[in-house]
Parts: sequence; structure tokens; C-alpha cells
Amino acid sequence: MYGFFENMMGPHWGHFTASVLHVLIIMIALLLSLAYLLLADRKIWAAVQMRKGPNVVGPFGLLQSFADFFKFVFKEIVIPAGADRPLFILAPFLTFVLAFISWAVIPAGPGLAVSDINVGILYLFAISSLGVYGIIIGGWASNSKYPFLGALRSAAQMVSYEVSIGFIIITVLLLVGSLNLSDIVEAQAGGIWHWHAFMLTWPNIVLLPVLFPMLVIFFVSALAETNRPPFDLPEAESELVAGYQVEYSSTPYLLFMIGEYLNIVLMSAMTVILFLGGWHSPLPFPPFEWIPPVFWFALKIVLVFFMFAMVKAMVPRYRYDQLMRLGWKVFLPTSLVAVVLVGGYVALTGGPA
Amino acid sequence: MTEFLLEYLPILIFFGIASAMGIAFLVLPALIAPSDPDPDKTAAYECGFNAFEDARIKFDVRFYLVAILFIIFDLEVAFLFPWAATLIEMPDATRAFAFFSMLVFLGILTVGFIYEWRKGALEWE
Repeated sequence: MYGFFENMMGPHWGHFTASVLHVLIIMIALLLSLAYLLLADRKIWAAVQMRKGPNVVGPFGLLQSFADFFKFVFKEIVIPAGADRPLFILAPFLTFVLAFISWAVIPAGPGLAVSDINVGILYLFAISSLGVYGIIIGGWASNSKYPFLGALRSAAQMVSYEVSIGFIIITVLLLVGSLNLSDIVEAQAGGIWHWHAFMLTWPNIVLLPVLFPMLVIFFVSALAETNRPPFDLPEAESELVAGYQVEYSSTPYLLFMIGEYLNIVLMSAMTVILFLGGWHSPLPFPPFEWIPPVFWFALKIVLVFFMFAMVKAMVPRYRYDQLMRLGWKVFLPTSLVAVVLVGGYVALTGGPA
Repeated sequence: MTEFLLEYLPILIFFGIASAMGIAFLVLPALIAPSDPDPDKTAAYECGFNAFEDARIKFDVRFYLVAILFIIFDLEVAFLFPWAATLIEMPDATRAFAFFSMLVFLGILTVGFIYEWRKGALEWE
């Protein structure tokens, strides 16, 4: 695609036009898949509780998300009288934009990242740190008690788990030796036994008891980072009504919700890239190799998202002190020890061959 | 240099398009949705009665503490990134040295971590 436009319009404008098209394709694909992941989330939740879930709009409720979208657009935007109006509107906008631009570096297949920068993982880490701002600004600008308390809780929870996510990323980086996301995926080529979560080749198998628990801790931290159940304390209905979102209606609320779900899918994508082999097929021979890499990447993301949905349906909510204890007293020391162990392995053997 | 900056151009484009979409979403209901504000509707939500006081109340000092601890550990992680990315490429002779010098740094931070744990900075009752 890039070559075609560069031939037609010259190197600079051709590159620019191709980039714009690439970005548009990715955004539309993301929004469409989001519509169905949202539906899947509700359907799975319903199935666990022996309900039918949304089934009225379209066959099997397949058009439910689009109906919801139009419902949001046709609603009045209510801004509370005491709210800080510019910040009140800025907060969902910030959440939405930040959730989108982190997708610029995600490689869905070989060479398919919009921007394959050499510090991709650092970029993701920076953007996900900024994500806290949307929530804390929204809670503060509402000038209402529940959003304020919800935003405080949410910010404290997100920064706590950000730390252990950072250490887990370090363990993977030690084995790869690059901050580029495509390099991280390429390092896991050659079948499921090369993926970071299930290293089965000698002598890397000694890392299995370190790296597989890291996958589990990363997954649980991702749940806490995205305010998903069982860590949805910022929006615990029985205590804080809906947390930082209480005063939001219409499309500002929609932007918050899109941002939240995009972050969940992003965390699934990061799990897949760091631990589950990215776009590589699990078995490196036909017929598995015939299936295009993008399909494998999407399939793995859907599998991780399925886990997110099942956890939401099955696990009871944590208490806030338990949540902080788990983050600071269990995950942080564990991931710190893992960094030392993996670092020691790399220093001793020169890394996985 | 231009080549290097060109890699970041798509991120800027992404930012521009995402912003345009966000603004479009925010403007759309202003154009087509009804707007009928009244004092009861725009009052801050408070379980059925009018709010007694300003919502920006005093809050627990432990939230500050978590934020400060986060800064320390997040900086530590950011400091580990270049080390983690280069350790594997080092020649055999210097790799052990690089590993142990970072171990000293992590050791100092662990002492600080144990101190804050013993002082009860991580307790939420």
C-alpha cells in the first residue's frame, strides 16, 4: 500500500496519504471489533448467569452495540451546575484519545504496525501512565462526592499495578534485548514452545517456573489496571454508585466507555505480544502456517478477552485493602525477584539462543 | 534525523484523527439531541437530597503516600529499561559486571521498600 501511493504521489505526500489510510483502517477495525467484543462480554456474562443476554436488536442481538451507540448520541449532555466545564468535557476526550493512540505501535502482523518505532514498549508504558489523568480529571471536575472518591480510588489502584506491570515487562525485555514490539514477537518465532509463557527448549526451560507465573501476574495486574472486576472498586455500585462516571451522560460517557474497553483490548494485545507469541501460529507447520498472521493475532486477543469476560462473571469483588496488599506486598516483590532471576540467567548464559 | 522523525509522523496522524473523532462525538449530541437543563437536573448527584457542602473534601493521606511510592518505583522501572534492553548484547566479560552493578541498585531500593513496609506505609485498614 505504501509503495503504491509513493509511486503515485511522490515519496512525501504518498507516504502521508498511505499513513492516513492505514490509521483509518486500524481505527475502523478497532471500533467494529469493539462493538462485537462488547456484545460478547455481555453475552458471556449472561450465559454464566443462565440468562439470554441482549437478543432483541438484530439476529441474536448482533446489532445491539450499534443501537446503544445511537441511543447515546440522541441523549442530552447534562453538565452539573458546579462542574468545571472545560475539564469536565476534556476528561472523556483524553481517555478516548489516549486509548486510541497507544494502538499506533501494536504490530497486528509482520510489518503491520502503523509506526514501528524502536521504543515501542516504552511508548505504551508512557501512554498507559497518562491514562490515569482522564479518570482523575473527570472525578475532580464533576464536583460531586461519588466521582471524587471514585477517581481517587481508581488513580491509586491504577498506579499501584502499573509498577508490577513495568517489572514484568522488564523480565521479557531482558530475554529479547529490544524495546521494539516486532522484535519481541520475532523472538518468539518457531512454535508454542518458544513463546515466553511456555518456554520448553533446553536450557530455557529453567525459566518456565519464572515466566509462566509472570503471565498470570500480568493478567491479574491488567484486570486491576483497567478497573475490571474483581478489581472494579472505583465503580463498586453498592459503595460509589458508578465512581468517576456518575455525572456523565450521553457521548461523554460513551467516550469513557470506548476508552475503557479499548484499554482492555490493548492489555489483551500486550499479553499476546509479550507472552503468547504475537502473530505466530502455535505449531510452525501447515496447515497452521497457511492461516494469515493477523488472524492468529486476533484469535489470541479474543481468547485473552474471553478470560477477562469469564473473570468478570465468576469472581467476587475484592476489598480495597486486599487490593492494595495484593499489589504492593505480593505482586511487587514477586516481579522484582523475577527480574533478578531472569537477569541472572541472561548474565550467566548470554540469553536464550 | 528526518528519517528518524518520520517514524513518529504516523503517531501524530493517529492523534489527529482520534482527536477529530472524539470532537465529532462530543459535538454530535449538541446538534441533534434535545437540550433542556433545569436546576434539579444539573444538581450534583447525592442520593436524593441536595448537596450539603462542596464535594472537594479532605481525603486520606494514604493516597498521597501511594502516589509518592509510585513515583519512586516507576522511575526505577524507567531506569531499568535501557539496562534490560542491552544486557543480552554485552560481551561475556562485562555482562556479569553489568548484572551485579544493577543488583546493587536494586538492593538499595529493596532496603527502602522493606523500610516503608515495616513503617506501615503499605497498610490499608
